[in-house]
Formats: sequence, C-alpha cells, structure tokens
Amino acid sequence: MLDFPRWKTISISIILMLGILFSIPSFLPEKTLNSLPSFLQAKVNLGLDLAGGSHLLLEADIDDLRKTQLTSMEKTVRTAMRGERGPDDDIAIGELSVAGGKISFLVRDQAQLDDARDRLFSQTQGAAMTGQRDWNIDIIDTTRIVMTPTSAGQTQAVADAMDSARDIIDKRVNDLGTREPTIIREGNDRVVVQVPGLQDPAALKELIGKTARLEFRMVDPNADPAEAAAGRVPVGSEIVPYAEGEGSGASFEVLRRQVMISGEQLINARQSYDAQSNEPVVSISFDSGGSSTFAKVTAQNVGKRFAMVLDGKVLSAPSINEPILGGTAQISGSFSVASANALAISLRSGALPVKMAVVEERTVTPELGADSIRKGAIAGIIATAAVLTLMIIVYGRFGVYANIALFFNVFLIIAIMAAFNATLTLPGIAGFVLTIGAAVDANVLINERIREELKRGRKVFQAVELGYSEASRAIFDANVTNVIAAALMFWFGSGPIKGFAVVLTIGIVTSVFTAVTVTRMFVAHWLRTKRPTSINI
Amino acid sequence: MRLLKLVPDDTNIDFLKWRKLASFMSFFLVVVSIALVATKGLNLGVDFVGGQSVRVEFTQDMPPIDEIREKVGNIGLGEATIQQFGSDKAVSIRTALPEGDKSAAERAGQQLVTGIQKAFPTAKAGSVETVSGKVSGELIRTGAISLGLAIIGISIYIWIRFEWQFGVGALGRLFHEVSLTFGLFAVTQMQFDLNSVAALLTIVGYSLNDTIVVYDRIRENLKKYRKMEIVPLLNLSINETLSRTVMTTLAMLLALGVLLIFGPDVIFGFTAAMLFGVFIGGYSSVLMSTPVLVWLKVGPDSFIPRTSAGMDGGERVERKDDGAVV
Repeated sequence: MLDFPRWKTISISIILMLGILFSIPSFLPEKTLNSLPSFLQAKVNLGLDLAGGSHLLLEADIDDLRKTQLTSMEKTVRTAMRGERGPDDDIAIGELSVAGGKISFLVRDQAQLDDARDRLFSQTQGAAMTGQRDWNIDIIDTTRIVMTPTSAGQTQAVADAMDSARDIIDKRVNDLGTREPTIIREGNDRVVVQVPGLQDPAALKELIGKTARLEFRMVDPNADPAEAAAGRVPVGSEIVPYAEGEGSGASFEVLRRQVMISGEQLINARQSYDAQSNEPVVSISFDSGGSSTFAKVTAQNVGKRFAMVLDGKVLSAPSINEPILGGTAQISGSFSVASANALAISLRSGALPVKMAVVEERTVTPELGADSIRKGAIAGIIATAAVLTLMIIVYGRFGVYANIALFFNVFLIIAIMAAFNATLTLPGIAGFVLTIGAAVDANVLINERIREELKRGRKVFQAVELGYSEASRAIFDANVTNVIAAALMFWFGSGPIKGFAVVLTIGIVTSVFTAVTVTRMFVAHWLRTKRPTSINI
Repeated sequence: MRLLKLVPDDTNIDFLKWRKLASFMSFFLVVVSIALVATKGLNLGVDFVGGQSVRVEFTQDMPPIDEIREKVGNIGLGEATIQQFGSDKAVSIRTALPEGDKSAAERAGQQLVTGIQKAFPTAKAGSVETVSGKVSGELIRTGAISLGLAIIGISIYIWIRFEWQFGVGALGRLFHEVSLTFGLFAVTQMQFDLNSVAALLTIVGYSLNDTIVVYDRIRENLKKYRKMEIVPLLNLSINETLSRTVMTTLAMLLALGVLLIFGPDVIFGFTAAMLFGVFIGGYSSVLMSTPVLVWLKVGPDSFIPRTSAGMDGGERVERKDDGAVV
C-alpha cells in the first residue's frame, strides 16, 4: 500500500489535469471558445432535448421508387429501339406494357430479336459487386422481351437513390440557413435530419418533404372539358389535378403527356415578386438547352396555354402571350414568401429521386430545453452535495478522499465526452447523477472492507491494502454488468437514450479509475507521510 | 470526530429465516404486477403506439383537465389522452394516429398544435412528437429485444464469472424487478415510453451491482469456511455486506430523490422508475437473491477447480469425517 511509485503518481496527476483542461471549453460561451487554440475547442454537444430543435426521420417510398425505375426504363427501351442511324435502324415494337413490376413488349420482326436484346443489354449494368445485372432480359415465346429488375439491381437503385436524396436534403437544409444541421442515412431507406435551435419545423418539413419534380407541359387545346370530366381525354394527354388552393375553381387540367422542360434543366431558382401583382413568386432560369427549347415551344404556341406541374399537381396554367426568349420564367401560385422561398430552395437543390415522408418527428423549443438544463443542473448540484455530505459523515477522511475523486470524475466525464464530440441529452443528465451513485458505491465497497479488516484485528496498512484488493474484484464484476446494459442501450436506443448510454458508459470507466486508483493514491500518500497506527473510518 | 455507522458492527440478522416468506411475497408481487399490466394495461406513449403528443405549458392558470380534453377533442383528431407532469402548469396532450395516408399523419402534429393554441391562447407548445405506426412498431420491438438481451447477457456473465446457480439467481431476480417495475407503471399509469425502457435497463444493470457484491462475498466465504453449513454462510455473507448495501442504496435514493423533486419534470417518470428500482433492488439483495442458492444446493464444491481431482477427493473425505455434508 505504501508502495505507490512516483511515475504512477505523476501519470495520474497528468490525466486528472488533462481532464480538467479539456472539460473547460464545455463551460465557456461560444465567443470565448473561438479565441482558444483549436485543440481546445472540442466541447460537449447538447442534444435536441436540451438545445431545442427538431429531429425528423424521413422514410423513402420504395414503391414510388420502383415505379420511377420502371418508367425510366420504359423510356430507355423506346429510345434504344429507335436506333442511332436513322429510321433504317429502328426496331419495330408493340404491345409495350409496364405491369406487375415488369416491362414487356413484342418485337415485330423475329430476326431483330437478338439485336433488340443486345441493345437493351448495353443499357443495363452490373449491380455493385454481386455479379448480377440490374435487369434480367428474357425472351418469351420467341417474340416477346420481358425485363425484370433483379433484387440486386433494386437494392442498388435504393442505395443510389438514398445517397442522392441525403445529399439533396443536405443542400436544402443548409440553404435554409440553419446552424449545424445533422443529416445522415439510417438503415436502408431512411434519412435522419436534426436541426438544433429551430423554433418551428413546419418550414423545414415543407422543404424536405417535397420531391420538387418540376415539369412544364402544354395544355391540350383539343380536350373537351365535359368529356374530360367523364375521364375521356385525347390520346397522348392525361388529366392532372390542381394543387390544393390553386386553379381558381377548376380542379384539373388536361395536359399533354410529353414534358416540354423539366426541373433538371434549371440553373437557378429564387424567390421574388411579380412585377404587376406584387405577389411572391419563384423566378427560375433555364440552362442553354432548356432556354432554347422553351423559346422554340413558346414561339410555336403563342395564344395557347402551358402548365407548371410540381410533383404531379398543377400550380398554374398561364397563356403564352409572346415567345419567351430570355430563358427565364416565373412560377406563380398562391405562395407566401416563406413557401415561395422553400420551393426555390427545393428547385435549386434538384428533385428528390424518391418521395420521402416524415415518419417520426420530435421537436423541443429552445425555451423548454433551457429550462431542462437549468433544473437538471440545480438537481445535479444538490444531489452531489447531499451524497458528498453523507460520505463525509459516514467515512470521515476516507469520505473526503472519495469526494475529491468524485470531483475529478465529473471533469473527466465531461472531458471525454468533449473529446469524442458526444452529445449530452436530458436522460444523460440523469445518467450523470447515477454515475455519481456508482462512483460512490466503489468507495463504499472499499471503505466497508477496510472497516471489516480492522475489526478482524489487522494492522492499518494491511487492512487498507486488503480493503482495496478484495473490493476491486466485486467492483469490476459489478461494473461489467452495467456496461452490458449500457452497450445494449447504445445499440438499440435512439436519440436521448443513446445519450444516456454514452454518459453511463464513460461514467462507469472513469468512476472505476477515480474511485479506485485516485483515492488509492491519496490514501497511500497519507499513510506514508503520517504513518498512523489507528485510523478513524 | 465520531463517524456514523449506518449498520452496527456486530449485526447478525437471520435473513434466511424469512426466505420462504420473502420468496412468497416476491412471487405474489410478480403475479400481481403481471395481472395489473394485463388488466389495467400500460399507458403507452407515442413512442410505442404512434400518434402525436404535445407538451403544453400554460403561462397563466391551467384550465381544468376536462375542459382541455373537451376542446382538444373538438380539433378532430379523436379523443385526447392528457397527462399531467410534476409541475402544475404543464400537461402532455396525446392523440392517436390519424387514419388515412402518410401525409395525414404528417399534418396531424401541426394540426394539434394550432388547434390547442387556438383553443387556449395562454398555452405554449414546448415540444411536439409525432411517430408513425411503423416506427412505433419498430421501437417496441427493439425495446423488447434490448431488455431481453440485457437480462440474458448479464445472467450469462454471472454464470461465467461465478457458477450456474448464481446465474439462475440473477435471472430470477432480474425478472422479479422488471415485473415489479412494469407493475408500477400499470398502477400509476405513468406514461411508458422509450425513456422508461432506458430506466428499466438501468435498473437491470444497477440491481445487479448489489447482487454481485453479495455473490462475491458468498464465493469468498465458501472458499474460506469450507465446513460451514450453507444457510449460516449465506446469512454471514449478507450481514457482512449489509452496511455497504444500506449505504449505497441510501446514496442512490438520495441522488435520485433530489433529481425527482428538483429535476426537470420531463424526466419525472424516468427518475421515478429508477428510484423504485433502486428501492426494490435493496430489498432483493438482502432477501431475494440468496434463497435460490439454497435450493440449487450451492456448496464449497461449486468453486473447487475440477481439474485437480486428487485434491478434490481428499477434501471430500475430510468433510465426511466432520459430518458437515452439504
């Protein structure tokens, strides 16, 4: 027991000093923090339940993605069959159907069947490292080609879509000017968005929940409104409903299926005001391809109407008064400034490759968060004070040592959390309080054991030595079970519970260090210098 | 300075005398808890049933609960469940998942907040939570899995570190404590949510602190007093660790009690569950975790290394001579 080497004392002291040093930044305000050297800037993050803010869990609509995948392959099939070298090169096809998750069509000339298959084959790709293609191409009845997406291909498509969806959401959230948002993919088909300090998530949801697939399409001038109401429309056209609150009375428009310009051809979109009505609108500009198409189509269709379609709903269908040559346009609708701004951001970031729905939302206002921190801190301080007092009343000098160790423990936990950039949540504060209990328990075990050994008539040094060595075994076993529980919470828990598990795990490790090693150092030092023949414990 | 001794030095209480009574009590309480959960049910939060929940704080006096329920019912999201927090000015208002498509669910949270603010101008929405049916289903599953794994994992660890009888004892004890805590949630109708699962996991981890301390001492004494009968030996071990059990339980109750009274009311249920768990844990370590060892016939043999067969034999003969058969 007396034998506590100098190097050990020095290294323990260094660890404790580092603990205090690295815990300081977490107590400093943002301003002071920025003036510190960069290695001292790591601090504990506050969870959304303490800082206030929104947590959104978005889930992709996989059925919608499959549909999009089929539609785009259908287009690819048509283009591929058209041939590159003019009409001679065309392969005549018919009875093209997209049903049951498959694309199936007839090749009119049997001699071209192999050629058709080769062309399609070059349009499909290997699905990441599985050795499978993303589409199976089968020939049925020697006349029909059936294309089925493989499971590897579908998985790949989902993964690709989710990656780009994450990036697009990231762009949109950052564009909104929020501070330090976290956007990460979770599982196969989900994205988690966390935005601290946000008062009202409505705008955020508006922004990221929107697919923002923009299309300019011509209104079919030949459609008879009465016929259309009964569901009959000319070939090549379809009924598209108006978005909620738009259309001033009309509930739908009959639009040509062909898309004149799509959102992919935008180079910019921003919120502005209509020159005449002063209503909020979204001004967009097209890239060069889009500009020339827009100019050409509007020149050919003066006097007719075109429709702006967002996510399958008509926003407005203005008349073309004159050719629009500048490559810019205005999207009008009943916008507020905020919703026009949200749409502009969505359009700038590009369309989401798949529909996303909010399946979980948790929002805490910054006021409630601040209130929780205040009450949590007060409770933490009172609880610590109560436990410290109890320790001194029961164990005297040894209680004081335990308390000093506890004090270091608190700083060590904060320092380690800061180093790992861990997040402190409200249950995390409870975890803190619990850790104090656990740290105390280790010292209780040691001190009770010393009492026992003294009672058995052992000399002071021997009793203390035995107290530490015998109690350590139980302390170790007891803490391993706690780590098991905490690890499970971390794996399976979400958000706040993870925060609780982090504090608990770090706290268990540091409390064993401070409660066993650090107090031992104090006790050894005291025994060596004073050499007491009896101790009061 | 005279130091406080929570437990007098020569305490020697015959705890195992009450082992039948204690086991019966515990068994009875477990049955009652299960029955309560079955009949009264748990007040599941949005985490586990889906729906939307808003925490509302009133800047002036809070209207009567019935009035809140009635006005929230008029919003058109179905009947509201209203739960009061520790403070008397805040309530949590919860409505069930709306029927219809996904977008209906997306809008419902917003609808609830606006509706409440319209009905009660002095109300401030502090937090909003909406959880879809699919996500809540997943949360129930992962919650149950993690609780089950924790109980099994910890029991296995104890089996490896001690002996199988001790593992069984730990398993029984954990089942007992988890059931009773569920019972608490059923009786008080406190909201049962993700935080409650975290509280349960913590109870599982911490209640074993106590068990391990006692088991560790039993193991030590089994090696030290090889000729002692098992019942007195268990009594001795419990008594030797009693002052530690009392001290630690007291410290934990103190810390959690302070947190319950002064802490944020948002985690009131979480803290209450842990406080209850620590209390039950103290009772269990003294009265509940040892009877199993008597029934499963733990003895000095349980810890003799099986490889040293020769020494084994010698010991056994010696014990027969003494007549102290276990």
